[in-house]
Amino acid sequence: MINGVEVASHFRDPAHQYASNKEGIWLFMVTEILMFGGLFVGYIINHTIYPEVFAEGASYLDWHMGFVNTLVLIFSSLTMALGIYFNQISKPKWATWSLAITVLCGAIFMVIKYFEYTHKFHLGIFPGRMINPERMAEEGHPMQHANLGLYFGFYYCMTGLHGLHVLIGMGLITWVMIRNIKGEFSPKYYTPIEGIGIFWHIVDLIWIFLFPLLYLVG
Amino acid sequence: MGHSSGKSYINEEPGLLSWFTSLDHKRIAILYFVAVMTFFLIGGIMALLLRLELFAPNTAPNVGQILKNGDAYNQVLTYHGAIMVFMVIIPGIPAILGNFFLPLQIGAKDVAFPRLNLASWYIFMIGAGLAVATFFNSKIDTGWTFYTPYSIRTGTSVVMMVVAAFIMGMSSILTGLNFIVTVHKLRAPGMTMFRMPLFTWAIYSTAILQVLATPVLGITLLLLTMERLFGVGIFDPKLGGDPVLFQHFFWFYSHPAVYIMILPAMGIISELITTYSKKTIFGYTAIAYSSIGIAAVSFFVWGHHMFVSGQSELAGVLFSFITMLVGVPTAIKMFNWLATLYKGSIEFRAPMLFALGFLFLFAIGGVTGIILAVTAVDVHFHDTYFVVAHFHYVMVGGTLMAIMGGFYHWFPKMFGKMYNDTTARISWVFIFIGFNVTFFPQFILGAMGMPRRYFDYIPEYETLNKISTVGSWMIAIGFLFGLYTIIRGLTSGEKAPPNPWGSKTLEWQTESPPTMHNFDHDPIVTAGPYEYK
Repeated sequence: MINGVEVASHFRDPAHQYASNKEGIWLFMVTEILMFGGLFVGYIINHTIYPEVFAEGASYLDWHMGFVNTLVLIFSSLTMALGIYFNQISKPKWATWSLAITVLCGAIFMVIKYFEYTHKFHLGIFPGRMINPERMAEEGHPMQHANLGLYFGFYYCMTGLHGLHVLIGMGLITWVMIRNIKGEFSPKYYTPIEGIGIFWHIVDLIWIFLFPLLYLVG
Repeated sequence: MGHSSGKSYINEEPGLLSWFTSLDHKRIAILYFVAVMTFFLIGGIMALLLRLELFAPNTAPNVGQILKNGDAYNQVLTYHGAIMVFMVIIPGIPAILGNFFLPLQIGAKDVAFPRLNLASWYIFMIGAGLAVATFFNSKIDTGWTFYTPYSIRTGTSVVMMVVAAFIMGMSSILTGLNFIVTVHKLRAPGMTMFRMPLFTWAIYSTAILQVLATPVLGITLLLLTMERLFGVGIFDPKLGGDPVLFQHFFWFYSHPAVYIMILPAMGIISELITTYSKKTIFGYTAIAYSSIGIAAVSFFVWGHHMFVSGQSELAGVLFSFITMLVGVPTAIKMFNWLATLYKGSIEFRAPMLFALGFLFLFAIGGVTGIILAVTAVDVHFHDTYFVVAHFHYVMVGGTLMAIMGGFYHWFPKMFGKMYNDTTARISWVFIFIGFNVTFFPQFILGAMGMPRRYFDYIPEYETLNKISTVGSWMIAIGFLFGLYTIIRGLTSGEKAPPNPWGSKTLEWQTESPPTMHNFDHDPIVTAGPYEYK
């Protein structure tokens, strides 16, 4: 214990430990961005080759839902930041509430996503070879381009991987929220909340790129 | 055990079980050591099997066809490649020697995230276990590159293997991340970046590559998994996707991965050459920067794996030039090592022999790399044994020689015991000569047009293939001598003094083997790492 903070023996002081942990988190975020980067590159290449397929695919997405989800996530970023801020100014209860709202926002996002997915499943819109043109025709949306499945391959992979990150983020935030309720954090020590906060912001940021690419770019 | 109180990281926590829960970077290094050596044995046996099959054409009596059929050959080939790349050479130096010596060389008590370090080992073992498990499920036959569209269609356990590689990649990322933060944040007082030993510089450059390149492999393998499970179509030409995109993604990781394999080896060579020449390393700064230079350039050369994939001519020309550019920082290293040897008091101990062997073999591997970078030549050599010989000269002649040299060099520090230099030198003779006997003929075979990955060949290739197979036995004998040396050293080696080689770097200033906290007093650094004379 140095200065009221548990410090591992290979660190000099809390500040040293804090700076190291934070650098670790940021490096991990670099890897997350690079991983999604592969998907973005694939999307851009195929969008360039098949603009008309991607336009048709985008026409099946409801931008209202995407827009609401964007707002939900941006708001959750604010509450996430407040979860740190309230700990910094010694209001742990407020911090707990902020974190709870953040998890709730994540849940709202996932519920909306669920409705979007199930609606598409209902229309017979699946990724790649699983897309069902007969079903689509029955539902009054005949498929225009043979490789429409490719667009939805990207759609499901990108939003699916992002959704998985949202779920993981919700789990992690719940974990620090419980630790916060137990009183493990203080104005001197809140590194886990901040680290998970950085993760959450990056997940939000990725959505902010996914939304226009998938829903708006025709 | 060398230490005044007899306490060291080996015996400070009692019981076998304590090794699997220990957060100490040295113990985790030993865990990796045991695991990687086991995988090396398996991968090596696969290699011997391949060479045995190629001893004679299939039509030859008795020795003709050893393996059941071409499928079996493809499987052995795949496991040899996948095991050696993902489970031996990539984790080999960083996770074993890097884990053990990076904190010691910069005067730290541990890596920045000890718990993450142990978790990385477990993650690695889960991935490795899954990879080995595919062997008992349905053996995969795609080659270690998992090229689409074949990997989408083949009825073998590709998903399991690909998930295994993804998991091992995660372990690699976390190890790299750990090392970067360790170097940035945990250097002892006075240990500036440019007082760091060159092995640490190399591990640091490697860590940057691990963090920046591996995520792209991650998404590629994830998409391949999705492709097989749900047919998302991104790499499937039948659905409008592009199998060449897979190659781009794959090599965007896997070319830097080649440097993940060779950079740490170069770091070891820097340590060995200067220690056994008893001379300050020539061009310290240039060697340090060239590691970063190689790491940077390595991201822009992936297209040289795809000269015949139908990529545009302009791309081909650019990739060709940038590939040749890698030769510059590499040559800087080579010439600095040679200049270090010049007028040094050279001691021909086993580690030095491995270092000199590295210089010789890596020069051949590197120069043939430049030859392959010439697009016009590559079209002829592509997918022939010339390529096989080239990368084995770099990966085995380079990395494996360095690993062996590094093990012997640091053996006294790791285990507190001396090894027998004579048997180690015998092992070197067999490995060095055996290696050349195995792989030099493959350059000629490649130039004669023998394609790689086939389990049979026309009679014209027979003599050289026979020579090559005999060479593989010599390598095996060499490694058996190596194993004997290590086991003998562990069981009945003499007690090692703290600094048997008169080395100047920090890890030699503490006990052999070090205590749990590495140094009795926190070191304060006042000079560079190689102040010999």
